[in-house]
Amino acid sequence: MTGILHWINQVASVAYFNLCTIPARIGAAMTAGVGIAGVVAVLVGVLAISAGFRRTMTIAGVPDVAVVLRAGADSEMTSGLSRDEARLLHDMPGVARDAQGPLVSAELFVVIDLPKRTTGTDANVPMRGVEAPAFDLRGNVKMVSGRRFESGKNEIIAGVGAAREFAGLDVGQSLKIGQNTWKVVGIFSAGGGVAESEIWTDAGVLQPAYQRDGYQSVYAKLVSPESFQEFKDAATSNPQLTAKVMRLSEFYADQSTFLTEFINTIGIGIAALMALGALFGALNTMYSAVAGRTREIATLRALGFGASPVVLSVLVESVVVALAGGLIGALGAYLVFDGYRAATFNFQTFTQVTFAFAVTPELLGQAILWAIGLGLIGGLFPAIRAARLPIASGLRES
Amino acid sequence: MKYLGLVWSNLGRKKLRTALTVLSIMVAFLLFGFLSAIKEAFLGGATLAGADRLIVRHKVSLIQPLPVSYEQRIANIPGVDGVVHMTWFGGIYKDPKNYIGTFPTEPEKLLNIYPEILIPAEQKAAWLRTRNGAVAGRVLMNRFKWKIGDHVPLTSPIWGEPAGQPSWNFEIVGIYDGAKKGTDTSGFYFRWDYFDEARQKGKGTVGWYGVRIKDPAQAAQIAKRIDDEFANSPYETKAEAEGAFAAGFAKQFGDIGTIMMAVMSAVFFTILLVAGNTMGQAVRERTEEFGVLKALGYPNGLVLALVLLESCMIAAVGGFLGLGLAWLISLAGSPIPAMLPVFYIPVRDLWIGAGVVLALGVVCGTVPAWQASRMRIAEALRRNA
Repeated sequence: MTGILHWINQVASVAYFNLCTIPARIGAAMTAGVGIAGVVAVLVGVLAISAGFRRTMTIAGVPDVAVVLRAGADSEMTSGLSRDEARLLHDMPGVARDAQGPLVSAELFVVIDLPKRTTGTDANVPMRGVEAPAFDLRGNVKMVSGRRFESGKNEIIAGVGAAREFAGLDVGQSLKIGQNTWKVVGIFSAGGGVAESEIWTDAGVLQPAYQRDGYQSVYAKLVSPESFQEFKDAATSNPQLTAKVMRLSEFYADQSTFLTEFINTIGIGIAALMALGALFGALNTMYSAVAGRTREIATLRALGFGASPVVLSVLVESVVVALAGGLIGALGAYLVFDGYRAATFNFQTFTQVTFAFAVTPELLGQAILWAIGLGLIGGLFPAIRAARLPIASGLRES
Repeated sequence: MKYLGLVWSNLGRKKLRTALTVLSIMVAFLLFGFLSAIKEAFLGGATLAGADRLIVRHKVSLIQPLPVSYEQRIANIPGVDGVVHMTWFGGIYKDPKNYIGTFPTEPEKLLNIYPEILIPAEQKAAWLRTRNGAVAGRVLMNRFKWKIGDHVPLTSPIWGEPAGQPSWNFEIVGIYDGAKKGTDTSGFYFRWDYFDEARQKGKGTVGWYGVRIKDPAQAAQIAKRIDDEFANSPYETKAEAEGAFAAGFAKQFGDIGTIMMAVMSAVFFTILLVAGNTMGQAVRERTEEFGVLKALGYPNGLVLALVLLESCMIAAVGGFLGLGLAWLISLAGSPIPAMLPVFYIPVRDLWIGAGVVLALGVVCGTVPAWQASRMRIAEALRRNA
């Protein structure tokens, strides 16, 4: 017992001594720290893009709303449901109702070109034709300014994201799309979800404008999340329907896989390479820290300090420097990137998604782990060298 | 030249430190190469685009189809040299993850208007003979290990099943290569006549037109003539130069250029610090020696040059190793073909990289070199005593 206490005491005193001498070597320590801060900042910055994108795509994915597409379709764009199919889906078991009837919205999804405000180049903006229950069944749609469109009129409302990113979507403006002119009457928010990238109008008006007779998707509010299976079974077993039924949460998560994976693959690849570069820097710093203290270390050993306290003390120093760098990098990335608004193109829906970068707590945790890992590896080899220094010749070194 | 030996032996004094510094610079330039390849994959379309080609699409959106009858009307417009139509098929091979850029089109016109698609004459003849024949790009063939003669079933979430069959069956009759570096060879082209007969909706429509014009200088006027031709019809068009179309499409992803620049700056700042610090350390440790050199009569300018040369050599060895490695990897093809089918480093960027290597060497060495050249002999000799 006293042996262990003695050992801990040795480790602590050597580590404390090492840490106290950092100010004397501040240049070298800062190099290692800043290198690691850079790695962490890039890692957090890039992954904040995919985290933000994914958050936007999934935040509205409530478990008690079901989406119905044509069987075989992978997105609303490739789906198609006839009027009859849509009508059948309104009366399925498990569907929630209010005073006006079932909370079901048969929707149309088209794409229009609008110029981006930043570049002036055309972007694929999603335009959705909805039925009245669409507002209530999603549960988070609120008008920010103006009012809702009136049914039967060529009026549109735009999500806050769409209104911010694309030209022509201010309340009161008119928009000519193809042969039709639409009036913007309101701006809505949707809890930060993907609907904020969209333009909404009455499905009944959008159908003739696009020479469509049917719909592309049906959104249904369920009595409870548990009613999903009942609804799904009824819809898929009905011979008059060829339907694919998903929970909204599952549907949204599905549609964000490609882009999220793409950014994560590239982001982690870049960060890993950068980490390698910074690791060499950290190794350099720690090797020279050890080399500069050869005599000190030899003295400690001569005084009876063991090899393992010396190894651990070097590791502690390296990890402390790395951690400091990592925290600065993560904090910097958080201040710069968190909430940064952007829009990008989602291949899976072939449309723009507006979103905000999200530096999530998990991401920060991941960043700190990277920093600690880099500190450990960067300190390990120099620490071993320190422990192996021959005492006699080490004492003679200048 | 005679001082090279001196610089070289100084570099060899602390081999580990020199090696670590060289390695970190190497990694930075490897990353530089990769980032420029990624940037090129997004933005290269605009530079590769034929200056003599226009893209004609539906005015409301690329998603909306155009009637196939427009082909003849576009061909009749003065200044137009050739027209081919293409359609988005959205092919999937076995698993939704195996998504392929698949286009029903007209073989002969396609190869005529897009000369960068290279295919041997006998394969072209086979394509014209085979109704369900298809040609696939080199990258795609390698990705799925296909061979000529293979029968490939694809499904399409957009078009569903062909009449009377569970999936679209194609016979691969040819492989195409790109005439230019950076030509996308991950595509899959098959015959529109087969497609139009078998599909169960949207018959008689196409996705967009590729138009070759006689005089690139007239592109804007011809584009306007095309749009005027179809104005006030149910299918109004938007014609624009292929380069402008590609650039506009790339911009949909966001500002790729800025993101890459930001990452690059972070990388170089980091490396600059690491390498600069090492150089500074190497000079400080040798204060005494610089004193000796100066006592022997080396002028300040020469000492400055020696230190700069040393840092430039470290930068050059690491930088060129990194650029070379990135280049070799890009020659072997994309490390992630499913996500980035086009992966090559433009020669322009290799030159920029070489310039950055030099700049890095100079910047890292400047402060230590200046310090070394300014040292007073007496002080320098006393420093470590």
